[in-house]
Amino acid sequence: MSASPVISFMEVGKSFDGSRTLDDVSFAVREREFVAVVGPSGAGKTTLLRLINGLAEPSKGSVRVEGEDVRAADPIALRRRIGYVFQNIGLFPHMTVAENIAITPRLLGWDAATRAARADELLGLVRLDPQRYRNRFPHQLSGGERQRVGIARALAARPRIMLMDEPFGALDPLTRDALSHDFRELHDALGLATVMITHDALEAVLMADRILVLRDGKLIADATPRALLGADSGPRTPPLDPYVRELMQTPRRQAERLQHLTAGGPG
Amino acid sequence: MSEFDQRLAEALARLPEYLGGHVRVSMTALALGIAVSIPLALISVRRPAFRAIVLALSGVVQTIPGLALLALFYPLLLGLAALSQRALGLSFSALGFVPAVLALALYSLLPVLRNAVTGLGGIDPAVEEAAVGVGMTRRQTLWLVELPLALPVVMAGVRTAAVWVIGTATLSTPIGQPSLGNYIFAGLQTQNWVFVLFGCVAAALLALVFDQLLALIETGLQTRRRLRTALGGAGIALIVIGALVPGWSRSPPRYLVGAKTFSESYILATLIEQRLSAAGLAAARREGLGSSVILEALAGNEIDVYVDYTGTIWANQLHREDVKPRDEVMAAVTAWLKEQRGITVLGGLGFENAYALAVPKRRAEALGLRSIADLARVAPRLTIAADYEFFSRPEWAAIRDTYGLAFRNQREMQPEFMYPAAAAGDVDVVAAYTSEGRIAQYDLVVLDDLKHAIPPYDAILLAAPRDAQDRGLVDALQPLVGAIDVSLMRAANLRATAGREAAASPETVARWLWEEIERRKAQTK
Repeated sequence: MSASPVISFMEVGKSFDGSRTLDDVSFAVREREFVAVVGPSGAGKTTLLRLINGLAEPSKGSVRVEGEDVRAADPIALRRRIGYVFQNIGLFPHMTVAENIAITPRLLGWDAATRAARADELLGLVRLDPQRYRNRFPHQLSGGERQRVGIARALAARPRIMLMDEPFGALDPLTRDALSHDFRELHDALGLATVMITHDALEAVLMADRILVLRDGKLIADATPRALLGADSGPRTPPLDPYVRELMQTPRRQAERLQHLTAGGPG
Repeated sequence: MSEFDQRLAEALARLPEYLGGHVRVSMTALALGIAVSIPLALISVRRPAFRAIVLALSGVVQTIPGLALLALFYPLLLGLAALSQRALGLSFSALGFVPAVLALALYSLLPVLRNAVTGLGGIDPAVEEAAVGVGMTRRQTLWLVELPLALPVVMAGVRTAAVWVIGTATLSTPIGQPSLGNYIFAGLQTQNWVFVLFGCVAAALLALVFDQLLALIETGLQTRRRLRTALGGAGIALIVIGALVPGWSRSPPRYLVGAKTFSESYILATLIEQRLSAAGLAAARREGLGSSVILEALAGNEIDVYVDYTGTIWANQLHREDVKPRDEVMAAVTAWLKEQRGITVLGGLGFENAYALAVPKRRAEALGLRSIADLARVAPRLTIAADYEFFSRPEWAAIRDTYGLAFRNQREMQPEFMYPAAAAGDVDVVAAYTSEGRIAQYDLVVLDDLKHAIPPYDAILLAAPRDAQDRGLVDALQPLVGAIDVSLMRAANLRATAGREAAASPETVARWLWEEIERRKAQTK
């Protein structure tokens, strides 16, 4: 693994109007790493994401992106080199699919032909036929197609970092499964560093290389899915927080029940 | 040519001037209104308190009747013009275009502002969040996302404003801005219904065409059909360019003759215009001007000549409430106009249009009435009728107190109904206007005012400061001085009144009046 982390949090605190949202959070995301952030609502997950692309500033400590302190960075330039996928997708309703995808390249001053070629290329990457989709408007797409376009838009300016805020939360289970699988492949193929918020522990376990668990603004776990599931508890593994154990019970129980069902079935 | 065809031809001949003026004033007002309300809306979107104040204020403006708003801007600008003249040495015209544009722009604020605020405020927060997330600056968010998304709602507001402004612009006539309202005001006063209808239809058509062009732009932008947008834009550009092309609006003639908002004023202005034209001087009329606007316009050299009345200037400009003899008032008014405003009195026309008490001839004979003093004896048995303002005017107080009049009953009614009511015996005495044509029509006699209680209202010909030394103008109008006695003016006014026959146009009446003046001069020679 490379020496310098792509994203690093050092003793970061963030408070809004006196109430603490994040408290003394430290972690690092390395190149090509896929990190999932889980935790209950109000734990500070979205704030953590907003601190990375300059939508919020830390009250304490420092956040570094590709070695640069975000407080010193130009927030506009920072956002243009970080891909962001929103739970509500937020496609621009008055722009076509191709225009939506090429928005950040447009802001960066790419010429029209390059932008069009890039949009087609990205439609291919997210498995949408450019011929059929490039001139459609968002209201003509299904929910899954919209989020595919949302992912393509986030990737358009070739970012090395992807931030995803519950990207598959509003999708039906089939679409969700297909899309999360496709995205993990893209992540690996493009060599991204991804931070994804989810409230679904199973999704985190299946997609991520590492899982951060946030609760009441505190980072209460930072480990691989295997470690959190208790699969490789060794001497180096710290004892698990009761909430984390509780949280990780869910995917375990689901897996066990599924196994029971398939084993005890008539086949 | 039939009467109708003639009037239609006349209306069409004036269309370039009136339509051009109408388009210029309403388009400028609309552009100004949009230019002010969009930034206001942008400021308001994130400031609820500011938004509430701005919307409330523009709502209040909307409740002011259009005519009142336009009228209020005139004195305001007059003050501003005087101030800028003194402070900066810059003078601008407080008449016509500027006050009309400002008042109409104010009128267009509410619909554009309210729709822009609604449109900008109604954008999905997820879209706003995405705009920031993809790296847009504040300005890029506005131009690439917020404005395009708010556009349909904003355009709907612009369309509403356009229709309002084009309709209300017809009211800019009394403050001296030529518009399609000139047809309506002139038509109402001279009972020319072809003109009234022509003005209404033209204004409605203009509003309709403009609205459709804006709709074309709106749907074009929304559905991204460039052709539609371009077509609508080209249509509007064509209308505006058409109104600006000098050939269309013709450079105004050297001499402008003013007319107030009543029939006699239209007739006399037309007569003056005809005399100037006959003398080879290019002249046109600026009609339907408000009573206080017209004198300022003359003093400011914006019109060249018009007919006013000594009593009006005595009361409204000299602020005198006492009653002096005719000659004294004439001399005082003449001196005051010259000294204070630089206006030249070319002379009296020879008649008065004062208030007067009139009684049906047979009734006067039966009661032995010759003067107002005779009336005092029998007044407690009689009923008097007057227009809506007479009983609250100083003239009435002067007459009543001087002669000790106390009528059994006082009735207020439309002037048109006063005379037939007197003829039918429903009322006994009417407070008439001395040059009113219906005095002769209904066979009334005017009672003498031996004690001179009624202020004199001599018709006088006034010339602008810049025309004081203009021999051509003075010579052309000299024949009118002292040439129209009250019976001649009554006869002329009667011709312009619809009775058994349709009312004659001011042009026809003015020509007849001139023929009469010449005939009478020939007889006395």
